[in-house]
Amino acid sequence: MRGIISYGAYVPPHRLKREAIEAALRTKIGSGTRSVASYDQDTTTLGVEAARLALDQTGEAVARLLFATASPAYLDKTNATALHAALELGPSVLALDSGGALRSGLGSLLTALQGGPTSLVVLSDMRGGRPGSDEESAGGDAAAAFVVGDGKNVLAEFCGSGSITDEFMDRWRLPGEKTAQVWEERFGETVYAGLVEKALSNTLDDLGLAHADLARIVVTGVHGRAVKAAQRRLGSTVVSDLTEAIGQTGAAHSGVLLTVALAGAKPGDRIAVVSLADGVDVAVFKATSAIERYWPQRPLASQLNGQIFDVDYPTFLGWRGFLDRQPPRRPDLVRPAAPPSFRNRGWKFGLAGSEDRSSHAVHLPPQRVSFVGEAVDDMTSAPRADAYGTIATFSIDRLAYTPSPPMIVAVIDFDAGGRFIAELTDAKPDEVAIGMRVEMTFRRFYTAGGIHNYFWKARPVRVDEER
Amino acid sequence: MASNGIRDKVAIVGMGCTRFAEHWDKSAADLLVEAVGEAWDSSGIGREDIDAYWLGTMVSGFSGLTLSEPLRLSGKPVSRVENYCATGSEAFRNACYAVACGAYDVVMAVGVEKLKDNGYSGLAAAGPETDGTTIEMTAPAMFSLLAPAYANKYGVSNEEMKEVLTRIAWKNHQNGARNPRAQFQSQVSMEKIRCSPIMASPLGVFDCSGVSDGAAAAIIVRAEDAARYTDKPLYVKALSLVAGSGSGIIDPHYDFTTFPEVVTSAQDAYQQAGITSPRDEIAMAEVHDCFTPTELVLMEDLGFAARGTAWRDALAGVFDLDGELPVNPDGGLKSFGHPIGASGLRMLFECWLQLRGEAPEQRRISNGKRLGLTHNLGGQPGRCVSFVSIVGAEAGG
Repeated sequence: MRGIISYGAYVPPHRLKREAIEAALRTKIGSGTRSVASYDQDTTTLGVEAARLALDQTGEAVARLLFATASPAYLDKTNATALHAALELGPSVLALDSGGALRSGLGSLLTALQGGPTSLVVLSDMRGGRPGSDEESAGGDAAAAFVVGDGKNVLAEFCGSGSITDEFMDRWRLPGEKTAQVWEERFGETVYAGLVEKALSNTLDDLGLAHADLARIVVTGVHGRAVKAAQRRLGSTVVSDLTEAIGQTGAAHSGVLLTVALAGAKPGDRIAVVSLADGVDVAVFKATSAIERYWPQRPLASQLNGQIFDVDYPTFLGWRGFLDRQPPRRPDLVRPAAPPSFRNRGWKFGLAGSEDRSSHAVHLPPQRVSFVGEAVDDMTSAPRADAYGTIATFSIDRLAYTPSPPMIVAVIDFDAGGRFIAELTDAKPDEVAIGMRVEMTFRRFYTAGGIHNYFWKARPVRVDEER
Repeated sequence: MASNGIRDKVAIVGMGCTRFAEHWDKSAADLLVEAVGEAWDSSGIGREDIDAYWLGTMVSGFSGLTLSEPLRLSGKPVSRVENYCATGSEAFRNACYAVACGAYDVVMAVGVEKLKDNGYSGLAAAGPETDGTTIEMTAPAMFSLLAPAYANKYGVSNEEMKEVLTRIAWKNHQNGARNPRAQFQSQVSMEKIRCSPIMASPLGVFDCSGVSDGAAAAIIVRAEDAARYTDKPLYVKALSLVAGSGSGIIDPHYDFTTFPEVVTSAQDAYQQAGITSPRDEIAMAEVHDCFTPTELVLMEDLGFAARGTAWRDALAGVFDLDGELPVNPDGGLKSFGHPIGASGLRMLFECWLQLRGEAPEQRRISNGKRLGLTHNLGGQPGRCVSFVSIVGAEAGG
């Protein structure tokens, strides 16, 4: 039996109110909010967040990492390798990108479900467009991750899939462009309308199932009107698509909604995922008895009801590169150099320090000579990516360069031992205090000289989030 | 730490110091010509009489040529040294040892920094290539870490802490207002300091030292030769330098209320100088008040106040110009300014003026004591170099 063994979804806690766009641009946009990746996040780091949640729930050894996004942080260079390094997967794990196209999201999950080794599939995306565009207000940022494999730990058996592929210009983006172009909306709506029910009924026929056998249907796609129309036609079993609260999160969205459907599923429930992207893809799952024993780490519902930060529109525009604000009079940011980044990759990507075997003194970053005793080259790895810590002291730095001033700097003492001076993110300056509990999060600090500077920050642990 | 000390082996016989300021019209070379020229003039010792030079600068030039070229020194050994913000003291220290060991008879230590050509706010220095994992916090933020840690440890409220820091800045501006060589020569009201724009909370802009340009120089000879050049030499009683292991920033036992490197270097210096009660024996101290919480913590690390009490002493005026132990009578880094490579020698320059009775009357210290202390720090809490010197107006004693 092949299927999903564990899952996790991550929606960043920042929200932009659509009415904030309306107020700023004096145009009609609509109600609700969209999720916003912070200034220090990209599709790679969102993916790491979701993947950590999924991996936290299973002891399965992953042999393959498939990373799908329509907004890759790098071209030519594989982005999945950064996830691979941050997740400390073994060197023999194949790590691949499916980049560029929205369809690659559910497509990568289908690829893993259709066979091969135990795989970690990560769907991640950030959607946006010119100020005032539908792409901007209707889009959202999120990631979802699944461990796919065989055996008794499968909590949602993969029943099968079906696809219809078609070539038409609904939505496209030239390499290097920030915003997609869209053909007249009714064109795409009409084309999709002819494909959705055909794809679903073909798939169900192949599986010997009827529409009534489906406990839940997830319908998604970036063409909002086509999706709405399909949802109406497919009826009351359709799972809420969350676009009112977080926006449509592109290549990630089918995965995000699937985690919602799985979180509410009982053994025996069948779930269909229908994705509209350059055709229609359908995947059908059946929840197993294992789903009753599965308690997802930070399920989406708790994230959506948890700490939320309201982002004002000028801040959002600044984060997205549409508002070029005056920087402080400080030196230009220096790009991280490739050789030291490579030598120190266990630290930079995995946040692994070293622990002196004799004194147990923890060194962050890893060192050869202990600061306690006489030990030299006698240390073991001290990973801290999953560790909790406490703020020993802190500063709010208003002079330092950061895309979102002020920079909050905190001295973190880890419960597992070791001290680390970290930048604090997803926090308000006035809530920071000595004794505050924090956890670590993988972020993109800045981009300089064409290189993304990835490393770990700390963030406050919110109520009830500690394991 | 073990050190044999340098007590009364060498003496300063001439000094020079430029005004510290935003010298838009002067280069590092100009500042060097001024400071060195004043030192030559003050001692009657000329360019050719000096056997060797040590130049301290952090960012204003590489190699001994930074000094030998503008001064057209020919055939002389010139070393350029660097040790973060303790660079000027490092030049002095190496120069003293060269005389003490007998290698040279007459040497000069010079420090210079030209910071105001780069157009940045605050300090900015390019370092080696990195993996990008060092947090790019600024100097005010690094030192601001001391404030909440100290307040938390000793039960000082945030409001009281702000008053203490304000009082320290106010005192140093009071002193600087009596110093024609200082960068800032105006008295500043407590209200203005307290309400200044926040740089790294709780530090406002008035909690930070001045970024400036300047140079200072000292001529050093063997103690027994000093009388040839001046009847009021300044004898070197102690020199101590400690470069820490940097473990504070990774060791949870470090609590950001002290600089262990300062404690060690001070103890070494006191032992060399034979000082047992620094608060009682020292006439004045020039300390590294790069930011106001630094001065607070230094009062305890240097043994001027018991742990957890310096904040009360600061509020009570113990370290004022007319207090029990005047600290930074020339205005300190806060008011005199902080051209990095020059600051350590600038501190000695105040000792030179005060202990020889040549400080301007409005800031002259007359407590009858004859020892001065300079303390110079480089780096950040948990990861720093610390320098302490003791100088005195009398040999022996």
